[in-house]
Amino acid sequence: MSGFPELTSGHRPVGVVSFAQYDNVRREDAHNEVEMLMPVVAEVFGSIGITKDDVGFICSGSTDYLVGGPFSFVTALDAVGVWPPRAESHVEMDGAWALYEAWVLLQEGEIDAALVYCFGRSSPGDLSEIMALQLDPYYMAPLWPDPTSLAALQAQALIDSGRASESDFAAIASRARRSALANPKAQLAYDRSPEELLGEDYEVAPLRRHALPPLTDGCAAVVLAAGDRAYELCERPAFITGIDHRIETHAIGARDLTRSPSTQLAGEKAGVATKKVDQAELHAPYAHQEMILVDALNLSDDVALSPSGGALAANPMMSAGLIRIGESARAIWSGQADRAVAHATSGPCLQQNLVCVLEGV
Amino acid sequence: MSERCAVIGIGQTVAKSKREDVSIAGLVREAAVMALEDAGLSFADIDAVVVGKAPDMFEGVMMPELYLAAALGAVGKPMFRVHTAGSVGGSTAIVAAHLVASGIHQRVLTVAFEKQSDSDAMWALSVPQPFSSPLLAGAGGYFAPIIRAYMHRSGAPRDTGMKVAVKDRLHALKNPYAHLHLPDISLKMVEDSIMLWDPLHYLEACPSSDGAAAMIIGSEKAAAQATSDTGRPPAWIHGMAMRSEPTMFAGRDQVNPQAGRDCAADLYRQAGISDPRADFDMAEVYVPFSWYEPMWLENLGFCAEGDGWKLTEAGATSMIEGGDIPWNCSGGVLSSNPIGASGMLRFLETALQVRGMAGEHQVADARRALGQAYGGGSQFFAMWVVAADKP
Amino acid sequence: MTEPVTMMAATTRLDYVFTAGVAQSKNLHGLEEGKFIGQRCPKCKKVYTLSRGSCPVDGLPTDEIVELPNTGTVTTYCVVNVPFAGQSIEIPYICAQILLDGANLSFMGLIQEIPIDQIRMGLRVEAVWVEPDELGPTMASVKYFRPSGEPDAEFDSYKEYL
Repeated sequence: MSGFPELTSGHRPVGVVSFAQYDNVRREDAHNEVEMLMPVVAEVFGSIGITKDDVGFICSGSTDYLVGGPFSFVTALDAVGVWPPRAESHVEMDGAWALYEAWVLLQEGEIDAALVYCFGRSSPGDLSEIMALQLDPYYMAPLWPDPTSLAALQAQALIDSGRASESDFAAIASRARRSALANPKAQLAYDRSPEELLGEDYEVAPLRRHALPPLTDGCAAVVLAAGDRAYELCERPAFITGIDHRIETHAIGARDLTRSPSTQLAGEKAGVATKKVDQAELHAPYAHQEMILVDALNLSDDVALSPSGGALAANPMMSAGLIRIGESARAIWSGQADRAVAHATSGPCLQQNLVCVLEGV
Repeated sequence: MSERCAVIGIGQTVAKSKREDVSIAGLVREAAVMALEDAGLSFADIDAVVVGKAPDMFEGVMMPELYLAAALGAVGKPMFRVHTAGSVGGSTAIVAAHLVASGIHQRVLTVAFEKQSDSDAMWALSVPQPFSSPLLAGAGGYFAPIIRAYMHRSGAPRDTGMKVAVKDRLHALKNPYAHLHLPDISLKMVEDSIMLWDPLHYLEACPSSDGAAAMIIGSEKAAAQATSDTGRPPAWIHGMAMRSEPTMFAGRDQVNPQAGRDCAADLYRQAGISDPRADFDMAEVYVPFSWYEPMWLENLGFCAEGDGWKLTEAGATSMIEGGDIPWNCSGGVLSSNPIGASGMLRFLETALQVRGMAGEHQVADARRALGQAYGGGSQFFAMWVVAADKP
Repeated sequence: MTEPVTMMAATTRLDYVFTAGVAQSKNLHGLEEGKFIGQRCPKCKKVYTLSRGSCPVDGLPTDEIVELPNTGTVTTYCVVNVPFAGQSIEIPYICAQILLDGANLSFMGLIQEIPIDQIRMGLRVEAVWVEPDELGPTMASVKYFRPSGEPDAEFDSYKEYL
């Protein structure tokens, strides 16, 4: 045991002690959600030698519209086996927010460990149609704008602001997919130069194919443990020293799409800038969004950006955020980083953002 | 370790079958503004917003809290969305309260809603899925066989459910926010209503409502400030608990679910309750179908297993009959059912009671009350205890 | 003054391709052959019908296949008399929980060929399948259940499956 880091958020040290994710794939058509989650839950417990009986709280994240039926989180619970009855909750949000809920409960000291999991598939329906239903039902949804078109508006605004060019987007995509070559869970990894990528056609100008995330089916799980329990389960826990999330207005026209004030504020509250950051896993589904997030978090040039390849390498809905936290924790466990920033996003054009700072001792 | 926290502001809309005068944003804002006014606060004083509602298909908007951020004053703040099926209104309040109990925030706005008229809830619950047969016909079809099993096990007379249906509607006449106001309600009227899901008559089932509920949860300091500003007392939270169990498994007791019993046991331990019938002055319990009153009386330990119907028959749960443990003085879910908000309305009504602000349906000198919500196939439970005195 | 807009219709149609998964595929192939398939949990040994692939208690894959008979017991029921969109059966009808012999979990099924006022808990029933050439990998392969003519089951034999 080597003590605990200083906390910016909360008063009880809580660490990420285990992480597992499904193989991110374009279309998982052999297994249903329960069958996808079962091995992930088994791994997240098994790798640290505990069972569901060792956690005092379970929280999950998912959304019904991806599955195409109400109460999809209910059947997913059968992957854990909540018997005898458990303290359990669900958010209609990315698993990163489920982790936040569990972290809050752990602050109170009644429980020492929690399971967080999430799942999301892009393959059952037409994701670009489904995501349109996430928009203002009166003024936007009836127009059925797809998420790539909205992201393209943002990318164009960024170019028009003079802070970015299409070459920058290609450079980000090239780097992310090259990093992903070392990530066995990555769905999309390649070694292609920015120049080559710029030869691709536009999907929605100014976004070419490389600037878009892949469509992914996946799920993930994390175990959190507090205080001494964290050291019992993990040699070098990735302690959450800061965590915060903020939302912006939904109205795209009322926002400066080239900035992410919610990320900036969450980053400040989570204490990102208080010490040196070794790496940042950013949930930027579209390449240009990484630039907006780097600005908002004021990350310096020596910060390693999304070493896993980020959401450009695999973008399972409702899970890609929690996976950023899991990947950051993995870097702490291995000693590859001492201090890592993880970020999750939700809503059109980075409307809502969560920032989590993880530290090893 | 956890900090004291209290309900310092309460707001609710009138529940109606169709609120055509407001958008979804207008509906939730109505409840939120009322809660802020009650607490003597404005949106600027709020640290975080926690929203709850039942399945998104009820309105046809995916993750509607994103669109509601500005209407609820959440821009620049943390905003959170809970969904735990029918218990969601209760679990949303609990998630909000933990944000204060953990010491993270001082004042949290929590809102739950459903605008069922914007879509077709029966359709949303019966979306055709290829691996199941289309038999259910909504929630009533799911719960009616369980009710039959309860009747068989307990030997309850057939009119117990009808008695609850009358009692809760009589209570609703005292609550201006209730959806159903049926001044002529009688056992005969219930019995003469169509048998929708035998053994359940139409009038033994909850309505389908548009409505929203909101509360401000504050820290001890925030509560003191609110009382000094408004002269209105807080409702102190003495305990809160959630439990879940699987929908189906071999040997599952759906009539008296273990998750409900465990949840109550944890809650009573926190709040120091040893005899719920004696220790509580009233309870607001999620009774969407009449028979769930006797079933939950047993599940919540107000009597021995098999005896719940005897309390109901004896009038113990009726304000009108001067019962010792009035249940659902607001009229309950049987009188208003904006699904996502229904659980929060139970929690909110307990807070109104211990603050002495329930108006015509106020239980005299209510000091301590139990709020309960359940959801899914009687598998998700959320409960809290509020009291006039500080814990 | 013009009337306020109180409602706008926003018709939505979304098509989904559902993934049955390994376990449900086995169940559905069974139905295609006119058979009920159960799956046993390796830990608690309970047999689940219409399993999604896991034991809800243990969270483990229910890998062992058990062929189940055509007969079972009505554990409880209700009579549906409410019309709703998408309904394909004439009301009133009996919707019952049916526990197949040898299974540890009941499922919901339609009961026919019995007057509505004679339905009861403990009634013994058998499945009526569609014509062999109409069998498919769907629950629609089971037309309904009907009384099998056996004496009613004792309450104790199914009281744990209510």
